[in-house]
Amino acid sequence: MQWSRVIALLALACASCTAPAPMEGHAPGPRTFPASDIAKGANLAALGNCVTCHTAPGGKPFAGGYALKTPFGTVHGTNITPDEATGIGRWSEEDFRRALREGLNPAGHHYYPAFPYAYFTHLTDEDIHALYAFVMTREAVHAETPANTVVVPRFAVAIWNARYLHPGPARSDPARDASWNRGAYLADSLAHCSDCHTPRDKLGGEKSAEYLSGGDVDGWHAPALNEHSPSPVPWNVEALETYLATGLADHHAISAGPMRGVVDNLGRASHGDVHALAVYIAGMERSSPHRARGSEAADSSAQRGKQVYAGACADCHTRGRSADGGALPLEEAIALAIPTPSNLIHIVRDGIVPREDRAQPWMPAFRGALTDEQLVDLLAYLRTIDGVEWNDLNEQVRKADKEPG
Amino acid sequence: MITLEVNGHRHDVDVDPSTPLLYVLRGELALNAAKFGCGLGQCGSCTVMVDGEAIYSCITPVSTLAGRRITTVEGLGTVDKPGPVQRAFIEEQAAQCGYCIPGMMMRAQALLEKNPGASEDEIRKALEPNLCRCGTHMRILRAVARAGKLMGAK
Repeated sequence: MQWSRVIALLALACASCTAPAPMEGHAPGPRTFPASDIAKGANLAALGNCVTCHTAPGGKPFAGGYALKTPFGTVHGTNITPDEATGIGRWSEEDFRRALREGLNPAGHHYYPAFPYAYFTHLTDEDIHALYAFVMTREAVHAETPANTVVVPRFAVAIWNARYLHPGPARSDPARDASWNRGAYLADSLAHCSDCHTPRDKLGGEKSAEYLSGGDVDGWHAPALNEHSPSPVPWNVEALETYLATGLADHHAISAGPMRGVVDNLGRASHGDVHALAVYIAGMERSSPHRARGSEAADSSAQRGKQVYAGACADCHTRGRSADGGALPLEEAIALAIPTPSNLIHIVRDGIVPREDRAQPWMPAFRGALTDEQLVDLLAYLRTIDGVEWNDLNEQVRKADKEPG
Repeated sequence: MITLEVNGHRHDVDVDPSTPLLYVLRGELALNAAKFGCGLGQCGSCTVMVDGEAIYSCITPVSTLAGRRITTVEGLGTVDKPGPVQRAFIEEQAAQCGYCIPGMMMRAQALLEKNPGASEDEIRKALEPNLCRCGTHMRILRAVARAGKLMGAK
């Protein structure tokens, strides 16, 4: 046995059990934290879906480089590993807190609000400490973050902040139980649900009066989660908890688009916290049955679309979910009930790809199999199922991102 | 009656419009290269090309294919004069049982027509929808890379 290895092992063991306080100020070098803080931070990072925007496709976790397209240009998720040159290795906990709460880097420059500090601003000191312990103990990866292509100068963000950044604790309601309050705190801070699920104004700020009334992100529609929820089958706590933890609940569509990363991460979060999110969100949803069904397909495009449906879709979608490849009846699919056909276009073109780590329903991609005109016809038919008002279908199909979503 | 253009030849077929293309290819036109694997668009053994794109013929109804250009392995070359993808698969001996190979070849053809210089990563990504249960993946990858060189060279 080599003594150097023993010492190294002891040092590793100590790294996860002793608790020297991190140095304040710009103190480089490895940091040590109690294992409990790191574990708590790991759970919080999963709830915050941090890894999705801070990891490039195929890249090392948290090393940055993910391109987030916004109406104002492309913003890249930064390297938040403890690499000193390209990550946040030189950040003090105070630097980290200021980034999360105020959207400022250690030099005092503004981050763009694509970084959800307008939500993280509500985080407690304890949770910020745990997140710091978690990120500072990740593998340090040397990776420069690509330059952003945002047309708005950074100083203009100060004006945005004056209007849209509201520091202070998250909402709480003593009349509600602990689960609801925990869910409200998580939803409005770390989980930043309303970042996607609330519509935005022209300045990219949330329309706060329309909290969780549905928004648009990356070419997908994030459905309303409040009483305006278009879900054909009303959500309850149990179904929503299952959905958030696995991406799949009975009588509801499987998660897709930007929500995929969210549920992948929530699957690693504590059951209690996911339950709390479900309690808070499902408490807002309507509980009544869905509105009246749409009318029978009338125009010629819808008639052609009905034939496309009969040949390409009905074989699976009329059978209901089953082990032999049956799929969700489209009367239960939320993509047919939201205000835009964008999600349906993505799903038809690119299908639903199952997670690599578990058996899940999938849907084959119809990219190439259906022409744009046939897709328009299909949409013209499918919009009659829930009676949604989708207009300019040609334009919608044209503008939908042609790359896999 | 629906008119299909397969490998440059026009065929009038009298089938229900929702019939999958695969059934027409095999059952009506005796073009047996494309295989029935899962029938659900999951395994890729039925892959053919439509207007230059690889598609699952088992879930594509013929009603959507009038006037479109369908290509199967039979359209890539002959025994005497194999096309570059066929040649490369023979030269690399990429088939074990061979059931997945026509789908692999068509998926590869669609890729290489657009990008004959596809990198190994691009080839792996493009072929991801197609499954092989014998495990000749490494030979298939080599065959596709070789086919890319043959196509780029001509």
